[in-house]
Amino acid sequence: MTTTHKGFHVEHVLHELKHYLPAQAPLMDFVHHNTLHAFQHLPFHEALRKAQTTLGYQVYLSIDQFRELYHSKRINDDILNNVIEKKKGAKKTTQWKYKLLHQDLDDLPNPRIGALRGQWKKVYNIDLDSMVHPNLFRLISSYLDQGISIWHFPIENKSFLEAIKELEKKSWVSLFKGKRAKNMLLDDHTTLEDVLSILVGSHPHLYEQYLFDQQFAHQGWSGMVSTVEDLPQTLLDRRQISLHDLIMLECLLEIDTIDYLLSDGWIGIGNTLENPLPSLLDPIEHSEVMEILSIFQEAFEWTYYDQVLAGIQQESKVSKTKGPKSFQGLFCIDDRECSFRRYLESIDPQCDTYGTPGFFSVEFFYQPIGGKFYSKLCPAPVTPKYLIKEIGDEKKREKDLHFSKHSHNFYTGWIISQTLGFWSALKLFANIFKPSMSPATASSLRHMDKFSTLQVDYDALFQQENGLQIGFKIDEMANRVEGMLKSIGLVKDFAPIVYAVGHGASSVNNPHYAAYDCGACSGRAGSVNARVVSQMANKPEVRAILRERGIDIPHETIFVGALHDTTRDEVVFYDDEIKDDFYVKLHAQHVKVFEKALDLNAKERSRRFESINTELSPKEIHEKIRLRSVSLFEPRPELNHATNALCLVGRRELSKGIFLDRRSFLNSFDYRVDPEGNYLLNILKAAAPVCGGINLEYYFSRVDSEKLGAGTKLPHNVMGLFGVANGIDGDLRPGLPSQMTEVHDPIRLLLIVEHFPDVVLKTIQKSAETYEWFINDWVILASVHPETKEIQVFEKGEFHPYHPINKQLEHIREIESLLESNQENFPVYLIQQD
Amino acid sequence: MQNYLPIFILIPLAGFLISLVLPKNDEGKISFTAFGTLGVQLLVAILFVANWLGLGAPDWQMTGWILFKNSDYVFQLDFLFDYITSVYLLVGAILTFLVTLYSRYYLHREPGYKRFFNTTLFFYMGYSITILAGNMETLFIGWEMLGISSFLLISFYRERYLPVKNAVKVFSIYRIGDVGIILAMWASHHLWHQNITFSQLNNAELVHEHLQTHSFIGVFISLMILVSASAKSAQLPFSSWLPRAMEGPTPSSAIFYGSLSVHIGVFLMLRTFPFWEHQISIRILIAAMGLITAVIATGIARVQSSVKSQIAYSSIAQIGLIFIEISLGFEKLALFHFAGNAFLRTYQLLVSPSVVSYLIREQFYHFEPKDKTVEDSFPDKIQNTLYLLCLKEWNLDSIMYQYLWNPMKWAGNKLNFLTVKRLIGIFVPILIGIFVIKEGNYFSNEWTLYMPVILGTIGLIFVLKSFTQRRSLRLSWILVIINHITIALAISFNESYDSKETWIYLSGILVAGLIGYACIMRLFRLEGKILLNRFHGLSEEHPKIALVFLLACLGLTGFPITPTFIGEDVIFSHIHEDQFALAAVVSLSFILDGLSIMRIYARIFMGPNSKTHTEFSNRYF
Repeated sequence: MTTTHKGFHVEHVLHELKHYLPAQAPLMDFVHHNTLHAFQHLPFHEALRKAQTTLGYQVYLSIDQFRELYHSKRINDDILNNVIEKKKGAKKTTQWKYKLLHQDLDDLPNPRIGALRGQWKKVYNIDLDSMVHPNLFRLISSYLDQGISIWHFPIENKSFLEAIKELEKKSWVSLFKGKRAKNMLLDDHTTLEDVLSILVGSHPHLYEQYLFDQQFAHQGWSGMVSTVEDLPQTLLDRRQISLHDLIMLECLLEIDTIDYLLSDGWIGIGNTLENPLPSLLDPIEHSEVMEILSIFQEAFEWTYYDQVLAGIQQESKVSKTKGPKSFQGLFCIDDRECSFRRYLESIDPQCDTYGTPGFFSVEFFYQPIGGKFYSKLCPAPVTPKYLIKEIGDEKKREKDLHFSKHSHNFYTGWIISQTLGFWSALKLFANIFKPSMSPATASSLRHMDKFSTLQVDYDALFQQENGLQIGFKIDEMANRVEGMLKSIGLVKDFAPIVYAVGHGASSVNNPHYAAYDCGACSGRAGSVNARVVSQMANKPEVRAILRERGIDIPHETIFVGALHDTTRDEVVFYDDEIKDDFYVKLHAQHVKVFEKALDLNAKERSRRFESINTELSPKEIHEKIRLRSVSLFEPRPELNHATNALCLVGRRELSKGIFLDRRSFLNSFDYRVDPEGNYLLNILKAAAPVCGGINLEYYFSRVDSEKLGAGTKLPHNVMGLFGVANGIDGDLRPGLPSQMTEVHDPIRLLLIVEHFPDVVLKTIQKSAETYEWFINDWVILASVHPETKEIQVFEKGEFHPYHPINKQLEHIREIESLLESNQENFPVYLIQQD
Repeated sequence: MQNYLPIFILIPLAGFLISLVLPKNDEGKISFTAFGTLGVQLLVAILFVANWLGLGAPDWQMTGWILFKNSDYVFQLDFLFDYITSVYLLVGAILTFLVTLYSRYYLHREPGYKRFFNTTLFFYMGYSITILAGNMETLFIGWEMLGISSFLLISFYRERYLPVKNAVKVFSIYRIGDVGIILAMWASHHLWHQNITFSQLNNAELVHEHLQTHSFIGVFISLMILVSASAKSAQLPFSSWLPRAMEGPTPSSAIFYGSLSVHIGVFLMLRTFPFWEHQISIRILIAAMGLITAVIATGIARVQSSVKSQIAYSSIAQIGLIFIEISLGFEKLALFHFAGNAFLRTYQLLVSPSVVSYLIREQFYHFEPKDKTVEDSFPDKIQNTLYLLCLKEWNLDSIMYQYLWNPMKWAGNKLNFLTVKRLIGIFVPILIGIFVIKEGNYFSNEWTLYMPVILGTIGLIFVLKSFTQRRSLRLSWILVIINHITIALAISFNESYDSKETWIYLSGILVAGLIGYACIMRLFRLEGKILLNRFHGLSEEHPKIALVFLLACLGLTGFPITPTFIGEDVIFSHIHEDQFALAAVVSLSFILDGLSIMRIYARIFMGPNSKTHTEFSNRYF
């Protein structure tokens, strides 16, 4: 949609299509990303306008929802006035405010997508979708299927279109009703231009538009095909499929259907146009409604941002606690760790917590005992060169006969239904009244056995496997540990025990389970990474190198890996390596602190859950939270990243005294360790796409749960183990289910960096990719002066000072009673310090 | 004891009525009402069955109320309790109880929370009436309720396109089953010359005596029962509706389409077993149908790449086996098999979302690149052919279109000359004329003989037009009403019968027709003209009109809320046993009436809202 040439170039159009189609990988590798990544080269509001008009997406909340937010004071009046004034000038403020709040508005602009292909219905009264889609979807689904069908696609090791040809050649029944389409399929010389010239007529300038209409009528399937084409490794059982193959088959099926329905002959749809249709490429006209929505959006966002920035300024300077440290905990930057860290710190004021992306700067593939594949444990864009293997004896995995394929054949099913059938009634009964862990549960603990050993060291005898180096060499280890410690600013004052706490989730009946695990580990639990980095940091050889580089980890300090299950609020310590009595005792004390913090964290989470009474004691609530994670009937085992809105990059003291309601990613960073901003660049390179991606995926799934989100998950049907659809004939539903996003306020991420504005500006300009996120306003960037706390906001390429409107935020002393008060999002509070 | 049987209908009825008046947002009260109702039902059922077993498990027959009676026709409610009912009662109560408990949290915050539990309770009430019924007429009441509640449950997400489309599709298959029962009732009325109860069927001598003299009509009745049972239990050639019914929330798919609803055809076969027990040809036919279904459905299940359709076809295959078991006379085994299959499929559907994490883990640890199945040993061409056939579900879905609905649409399109004006201007005077001439006895005997079929055919043309035309809403609605009047007029030629009976039949039609017409006019005033060529999805904006119009639709389709329901049976009782053409025409009219009306309802109130969804927006989700 960017070029304006008149002709038709297949490669170009396919490239364009792939750019705009949803890029979500199969369920197993679910990783959050900006749903509208294709528009990211444009400024946010302009991009949204374009997405709305060309592809028909809903991109903001509706005007009614915004007005409701205004009336319930969730949009601040002063801030609304400021935004209007800034955009429309002081003179027009009153007039525009009236428009925003009271005037009857026009409908949103009509989307352009679908109009050309819609001519089939208009002119010939043919509903192509209902004739073509079911067969097409079924063929793709069967071809890609990873293990639901018992009888697999009969043609193996061929690309999709070749396999279809073979199937068509060697069979007595045909996919087609007539001869023409069949012969075209079997003719190796048929090109996309050939089929399009039949469907559209000889109007090459319309082909692109036709293909966009056609593919966006089922963007879920097309997006999956396009993703598998680019990343075949995302299916364990690989397939050769391409968007070209899909389009070719779809066009042929369309020709066949029209041939069948209009047996007296027909002409291509392009010939029936009386007036030219608006092309997708045409410039987008100005729309007042969209402008009004964008003003509301900013006012909604700044109502919250302003409180946060005010909080950061007003917070009483918490001096770093003096005296020896009890322990230090390294956590993922994940917003779900935000409240857990707060509780740890308040129970044991002598401890310190740090945030760093949950792969702990060690990137590798992992192979558990008995595993036939490798899983990648690092952020999705990175391709590691290392392999970590689990060593030990293979364990027995529990089976569940209910998933057995034998129950689907009539002969074995006859036995199974009359035996296992009655057992199922008991199991259902048991799960409803007393839910428990079962083989069907996706548990974070299954990722790695607690008592297994990992091959972390490089061994010259077994250097390579499938092009990957097994284990790390000493200097490779030192580089990674140094990188992590320096980026979070932990370079001195080490406590006796440093915990590296990865995180994962447990849920059942949840096809989106991978979205609940650690995003920095490609949708897996972070346990292996936590153990690997701890083992590395414990090596005397590594410490020797680190000492040369300015990080003196004393001999008395040990690193211990752990895993926080964010659904169940449990922590598993990989502590069998602690042999010394001194540490065993010390560790036992810390475990008590963790347990208490976990109970309190469970209580804080529970306020959002209808089924749990938040007024119960933390212990009782925690028990209920555990049950929740294994209940078949619970579509919200946890709320994942819902309500996320912030990312703080700075020292812990920056936000220790404000209550952020689990809405913030927290990345530790100390400007004093990194005056040049070198580590900051690495942090922002990761934080902008990872946190920004999560934030925008929630944003778009929330505002358009129909096209950009997956809608309610209750009717979802699993297709081929790679996606979900509604019913059996539906399009795949990428994006997040509404159960994950319903409590989310769709606002952009505010990224706050504690450093000098000029350093931040220089840093972001170093990487064009990262800079795009900020200059186009997909993530809002603010800097906090580390000495004066002056706030500057990045806008149009420069930092401008910002003075919060909120003059004095409220203080709270008792978080527990606040939690019990209501279920909604809280404003920002200052935590009373004693 | 047997006089307490209606309690199993009154409990769900009470629950249903309470659930109707609860506030929409009070999830606690709504779900409590639902699982409370089912809990009480389950408890009472367990006590009742225990007591009944203690008494030696006798067959209990209870004659209820006579709703209508004339010289040769009685419509009465009858109840029967025997071992078949006891198993269905317990399995149904257990599953529905568990699933309502399950849904209590599962549906939390879903906009249709109340609607879901209302419909579930309504469904359960229909289920109870069906399994407790002591005669065909009573069973038919429950049968109709199952049909409507299925329609509403499948289209639970009524703002989307596919659920509504599939709900109409399933309803059309159910409608075939309904007419099977009407025709079976019609024929048995002529066979027995009295109202027969199910327990009388157990009297082998009585059955034998009647069938000996009327073997043809006996076969006809059995065939109609088989058609009804096959439609409801998704046997060939009707199978393709079952996977398409999986559009609602997973628990409703699990309980209704995984287990209870789909086993009702089995129930009908068990219930009528004594009737066709001695018709060997029918028993062979049933076994053969069951076997073909089992084999073909297994093949289709094996190639499914979506988890719910796979479970649906596996369930169909098992029901095929149950049909064989019944035909062989293993009724107890069939009942046992039913219970096991119902529990198994419900559970499998409920845990179906877990299949991703479970099977991916299996694949991760046990993957074999060349995993062979039995089909790999077939020659390539046979393998590919069978695979394609199974993938296309043996064209079962398109066959329905190709041979049933498309010819009707084609015929309907030939009637384009019928507009509202012409209709009222030409046909209404003709009908009035015929009525006047008839009242004056000016028709010759010969004419009187042919008039019913001629009028019936005219009525059929009306409703065909109503079903197929894609524009005027009012025209379709009026045509259905005129169709009913024409049928009443047609039957009145058959013999001079009490005009009171005509009024019983027409009263419901006219009242429902007028109310529906008023709803349509009100909508036109509020929304402008609404055409039938697309979905409008107006139920969110006009929930009250939607509800009233739904009731009007039910009234007009002869649903058991107006006297028309009884009237329909009475009308049929006046069709003579040799008037097969008339019976065919009238029953076809009834099928199309129902379809046309539900189509109107769906087009106006369901589907994507036409204001927020442009004509070309993606519908396939």
